[in-house]
This record gives sequence, structure tokens and C-alpha cells, in this order.
Amino acid sequence: MIFRQAIEIFRKDLLIEWRGKARFVALAVFAATILLMMSFAIGPNNKELQAHASGYIWIAVLLTSTQLLAGSFQSETEGGALEGLRLLPVFPPSLFYGKAIANWLFLVLLVVLVLPLSFALFDLSIQGSYGLLALVILLGTAGVAAPGTLYAALTARAPAQQLMLPLLLFPLLVPTLLAAVKVTALVFVGDPMGQAGGWLGLLACFDVVFWMFGGVLFWKLVES
Amino acid sequence: MNDKLWFVPLVLGLVALAVAHYGGLVMAPTEAMMGEVGRIMYAHVPTAWTGMLMGLVAFVFACGSLATSKDGWDIGTHASVEVATLLCTLLCIQGALWAKPTWGVYWDWDPRLTSTAILVLSFAGVLILRALVHDQGKRRIVTGVTTILAFVNVPITYYSVKWWNTLHQDMSSGSSIADEFKWSLYLGWLAMMLIAVGLVGLRSAGLMARLRREHGETALPKAKQKIELLAEKGGA
Repeated sequence: MIFRQAIEIFRKDLLIEWRGKARFVALAVFAATILLMMSFAIGPNNKELQAHASGYIWIAVLLTSTQLLAGSFQSETEGGALEGLRLLPVFPPSLFYGKAIANWLFLVLLVVLVLPLSFALFDLSIQGSYGLLALVILLGTAGVAAPGTLYAALTARAPAQQLMLPLLLFPLLVPTLLAAVKVTALVFVGDPMGQAGGWLGLLACFDVVFWMFGGVLFWKLVES
Repeated sequence: MNDKLWFVPLVLGLVALAVAHYGGLVMAPTEAMMGEVGRIMYAHVPTAWTGMLMGLVAFVFACGSLATSKDGWDIGTHASVEVATLLCTLLCIQGALWAKPTWGVYWDWDPRLTSTAILVLSFAGVLILRALVHDQGKRRIVTGVTTILAFVNVPITYYSVKWWNTLHQDMSSGSSIADEFKWSLYLGWLAMMLIAVGLVGLRSAGLMARLRREHGETALPKAKQKIELLAEKGGA
């Protein structure tokens, strides 16, 4: 029941995004623009760009994610859709997990779209394993999606949401950012010392904590 | 309880702080490794302990606020988040002042420094969001949720930065304090705790009064009832 409801919410969000494809395309172009601006800001020094490429990629993802996450709750607050869902009644944790998984999928898609561009812009190559790259993309975006969905719900009705969401979310994402940037860099330059495992462990821990807390706290939030 | 009573711990704390600082800054011997700069420890360490403890107090208040749905817990959360933010900001400034002569830089990616700064940013976010939400029921939930997450994040940030850091360099911070002047450190801590308790109490009392005003209750409900009763009688 809980699971089925979550799946339905997930399908609904996917459908909304599919019908308004232009928004997601705009988000991907926004992320690409950030990457491009990074190269201009740092200058034409290829070595420098290459050394910090993983940082630029994740910063682009983080900045874009705030637009994506804020949008995911805009559609719920408009026309009292959230109240409608509550009256159906949809179990609040199902609503949270449905939306969080949808956001997670969109973020993964965003990274997948942005990566080829960064390979071209920063002259990157993969020395580590592709499996590690897939893992860090999955775990890193999961670490943004769960707290991001919760905070998007928190700030959905607050004035200046576009400002409040990153203000609250970014300090929370420091561990995710550190670990994701570190592992991605290891994928690019190779990992002879085997450091990636520990960082992935940290990412996984963060994910477990926030995916668990998220459901409970969202429940509290929606009930008010 | 009379709200003015909260001035008692505040004043006691200020007196104790003066005595403790006289011990630490004047009477205690100069630190062997760091010289006169080392004396900042007598102010820094009590601020650190109290600041982190106030963060914990805010977390406990936030849990209580979400569990009981009572405004008192929410007011307590707001007041303690404010005091914790103040103390942790102070802590960062003191840390930077100490780091410049000791490490040669104002800021270093030391895990304690970084996680404190992140806590300050998160708590500032809580206070700003709180100021933007006007419905008290919603405000209580929003404050509770963000405070809990901000505090839960502190140890994760601490360990991730520590780990990140050990790959670059290892920064040790010696905090040797003369044994016979330990009392001034502990008295300083007691003083900061008293001040923090006094501030939280005073702020809570003020916030509570404001909340009552918002709800349209007068300060003298009984007198108001009497007047209404008299007016009814007069009307009849």
C-alpha cells in the first residue's frame, strides 16, 4: 500500500516532467552554462581545469538541483494539489519517497547529460573504473535528492523560496559534496591507493541517515 | 515565574566571567609554546563547550517541539538556536584570531573550525526561515525539522572534513593549560553557561510575550474578563 502509493506519486511526477520536457532541457542547459562559465572564470589553463573538473561538475549539479527541487513542489502548492493528495488520502511518507525517487532519477539524468560535455570541455579521461563512476553518480545524487526534497517541501510556501532552499540545503550537503567530488576525481585520475571505498562509505551513510530522517520529518511537516 | 529573574544567572555569569578572565588573562603563567597568544584558550575553550552544548539544547528543544506540538518548546528552540548561533560565531572569530599567530592563517580547513562554521550557517538559515513563516503552527514544525537536521549534520561534517584533511596535512592544536589555573577555565565555562542560560531565558520570555500578543491575548486576562463582566451587567 505504502509502496504502491509511492510508485504512483513517482509516476505522476515523471509524467508531469515528461509533458513539460522544456523545463528539464532548460535545466540541463543551465548546468552546461555553469560548466562553461567555470572554464571562463579559471582561464584557458587546461591543467588547472582538469585538476578541478570533478568540483565544477558537482557544483553545477548542486546549483541546478535547487531549481529542479523547487520546481518539484511548485506544482504541488499551485491550486492546492498537496491538500488534494492528502485528502485522497496519500500516506505522507509515500508522497515523500515517491517525489524523492523522482528527483533522484532527474538528478542522475542531469549528471549523465552533463558528463560528456565536461569530458570535452576539461579534456578528461577515465583512469578508474566505470562501475565506480556509476556508483558515485547514484550515491551522490541520492544524497542531494532526499534532503533536497524535504527542504523544498519546507520552503514551498515561504516567500523567497529560490533563496531559502539553497541557503538551508547547501550547508547540509557539505559531506555529500566532499565525498562525491573526491570519488569523481579518483575516477578521472585513477585510484591506486584504494581511497574511494571509504568515501563511498561516507556517502552511503549520509544517504541512509537522510533517506530515513526525510520520511519521518516530512510526515510531521505535511501533518501541520 | 517572574521574567526578571532570568537576569540573576546573567549577572552572576558576568561576574564569574570577570573573575575567571582575571585568572586566565592576568594571573596564569604565559604558555610555553604559544606565548601570550595561548591565553585566548581561557576564553575560547569555555565558549566552545558552551556553544556546542547550546546546539545540543536547541536539538533537544526541537525534538520536544515536534513531539509535543507545544509552543513553549518552540520558543525554547528559537531562543537556544539564537544563543548557539551567537556563541558559535564568537567561537569562529576567536579561533581565527588564535589561528593567525599560531598557524599563520586566519582560516584553515580544520574539522572543528569548519563544522562550527557550517553549524552557524545552518542555524542562521533556521532563524531566517523562521522569520519568513508567519503561521505559528507551520513555524513550529519548520523550525523543529531544520534545527534537528542542522544538528545531526554536525558530526557527519566533522568526520568528513577530518578525513578530507588528513589526506593533505595534519594540523594539531596544542591546548596546554597550567594545572594550577584549570580553575579559571572551569569557572569561565560555568560563567558562559550561566550567561547562556540567562540569555535563553530572557529571550524566551520576550518571545512568549510576543506570541501572546500575536494571539490577541492581553497581559491581564483576568482584569479583562472582569471588565467584560461589568460591562455586561451595566448593559443589562
